[in-house]
Amino acid sequence: MSLTGTSIGASFEDDPEFAAAEGEETAKIEGRSTWQLAWARLKRDRAAVISFVIIVLIVLMAIFAPLVATITGHGVNQQFRTTGLNTFGLPVAPGKTFWLGTDDLGRDILVRVAYGARISLEVGVLATLITVAIGAALGLAAGYLGGLVDTVIARLVDLILSLPYLLFAISLVSISKPGMKIVIIVIALFGWAAVARIVRGQVLSIREKEYIEAARSLGASSWRIMLVDILPNVTAQLIVYATLLIPVSIVAEASLSFLGLGIPPPTADWGQMLAEAETIYQQAWWFLVFPGLALLITTLAFNILGDGVRDALDPRFDRL
Amino acid sequence: MTTESILSLTDVVKHFPVQSGGVRRSRDVVHAVDGVSLDVRRGETLGLVGETGCGKSTLARCVTRLFDLTSGRVEFEGRDISRLKARQLRPLRREMQMIFQDPYGSLNPKRRVGSIIGDPFAIHGLASGAERKRKVQEVMELVGLNPEHFNRFPAEFSGGQRQRIGVARAIALKPKLIVCDEPVSALDVSIQAQVLNLLSDLQKQLGLTYIFISHDLSVVRHVSDRVALMYLGKIVELSPSEALYEHPRHPYANALLSAVPRPDPRAAATRERIILVGDVPSPIHPPSGCRFHPRCPKAQQRCSDEEPLLVARDGDEATHATACHFPVDSPEELAGTWVAASADADVVGAAAVDDVGVTPPTELTERGRI
Repeated sequence: MSLTGTSIGASFEDDPEFAAAEGEETAKIEGRSTWQLAWARLKRDRAAVISFVIIVLIVLMAIFAPLVATITGHGVNQQFRTTGLNTFGLPVAPGKTFWLGTDDLGRDILVRVAYGARISLEVGVLATLITVAIGAALGLAAGYLGGLVDTVIARLVDLILSLPYLLFAISLVSISKPGMKIVIIVIALFGWAAVARIVRGQVLSIREKEYIEAARSLGASSWRIMLVDILPNVTAQLIVYATLLIPVSIVAEASLSFLGLGIPPPTADWGQMLAEAETIYQQAWWFLVFPGLALLITTLAFNILGDGVRDALDPRFDRL
Repeated sequence: MTTESILSLTDVVKHFPVQSGGVRRSRDVVHAVDGVSLDVRRGETLGLVGETGCGKSTLARCVTRLFDLTSGRVEFEGRDISRLKARQLRPLRREMQMIFQDPYGSLNPKRRVGSIIGDPFAIHGLASGAERKRKVQEVMELVGLNPEHFNRFPAEFSGGQRQRIGVARAIALKPKLIVCDEPVSALDVSIQAQVLNLLSDLQKQLGLTYIFISHDLSVVRHVSDRVALMYLGKIVELSPSEALYEHPRHPYANALLSAVPRPDPRAAATRERIILVGDVPSPIHPPSGCRFHPRCPKAQQRCSDEEPLLVARDGDEATHATACHFPVDSPEELAGTWVAASADADVVGAAAVDDVGVTPPTELTERGRI
């Protein structure tokens, strides 16, 4: 399949199943679903494929972070006061022992960046899943059920969207026990409203379709209509939004950690490393650059992949 | 065909509140269906005709209880269903089904055909797994679809095939009554015939009763045993199909039928077309008395004072009911008066205000459709 081909029709020719169906009348005939078509389109989007590969590499780095520690021989929280700090007590630059240098306590930055990927991805994915689940459920309910349900949810959405995010996030995090749980809760709490608003809008137009009326005339319950008839028609948008929400969540987590409100030390975390580097980066640029690069590459890859997913799922989508 | 009625409507009324833009709430309502009483007999096809906006689709959705009634009574097989809640209606859905107008809009684009036709079985918990698939394929075969295509998406079918999918979904549970809401008006003429023949074959095979809604007079004549003609939310004439077409009594019916295209050009050239003057009045403020009186050449004082009942008129069989104080005896009595007015009619039609979504009737009658 050529990378430059834009016609969907062209892809049928290399589809062995399609060719077989033509020859034989009774061959199994199966239409290609939205997902199969989207996957075929996504594979032709070079930027998205590269981003996807980068994300896979970052995920592998997170999974095999202990392996990185083993290879370098440096534990994640291990402080190398003699080899990791020079005679003035400053971090050592990237070199043979410490490939990406050390931080102000003589810890290996490479190992800490690898471990930091775990936190970022975990928070990014979990927070996104929760955000999208809440947003989709409330958006579906508001859009389809209407009436009082809609009024209450719509007002709640307005309320959440009008709160000053950072102020509330900081106060919420600071009054509770610090940790990953509260970070995820805060991100989901402020994120679901936007998802709900998008889903509600979609549902409002879908519910007027004749096939919804057909489902009602068949006796389908509201639950069934929402889950079986409407949800599949908004999943494409949800997936696109989720892919774009992951980098937002990662940045939100890093920001909270940067402010000292996220994951408590000594757990390795990109945002926290940036905060620690702030005081010393003029003497040790690597301390700032490598966690920063990790964060940048991850969010950029997710954003480009999200764009690709959107184009693949529906080429007519408006840019979000 | 027996005379036993399967469905009985008594004074069915459906009003929609008018959505007003601003802060002020309007008290106005659209009188979409305004007092319709009707019996549908087991095994017959009842045609329901009327122009756009006359309330025929609303009436269909009142019958199938997709809408709640404003007032009135709907009885299905002797049971009052007009006040049932959604949950109580569910068993009834197996007996009463609907076929929709738009073969593109009525099938969920994200679901495979097998799962769409399997819906009735799934919703009522009647079959699952391999058994459901077998039943779906049976139904597909029955409506003339290739059962091997159950894994395809609606987008991979033509308009006519899609409408067959809609038919398959409706007959899957072998209902007793099917409400067909303009089932062929979105199809090409050649495909229309196929779908109409399919519907009539299925009726014989499964003993179905149809309420057949259309704005195409020729189609309705072809399929219906009886025809009910609607105007502004009311039935103005109800009679056996042939009687209506041969001997229309309501002036409105006369005007409509005079516009049906005839295949014989010589006959078409000699006959006189009756062209209505003015527009359909707004269903928000329907005229008093007989709703047709502002446009009727036979209208007298009584027509605006007193609403005519839908009853058999002098010289008709008891089966032929007309809601008119002064029914038409022969079409000639109208011809002179109405054609004279036709010069202005085009102008009025062209400048029609489309404020209530009513298509200018002058233009439509000329195409033979209402």
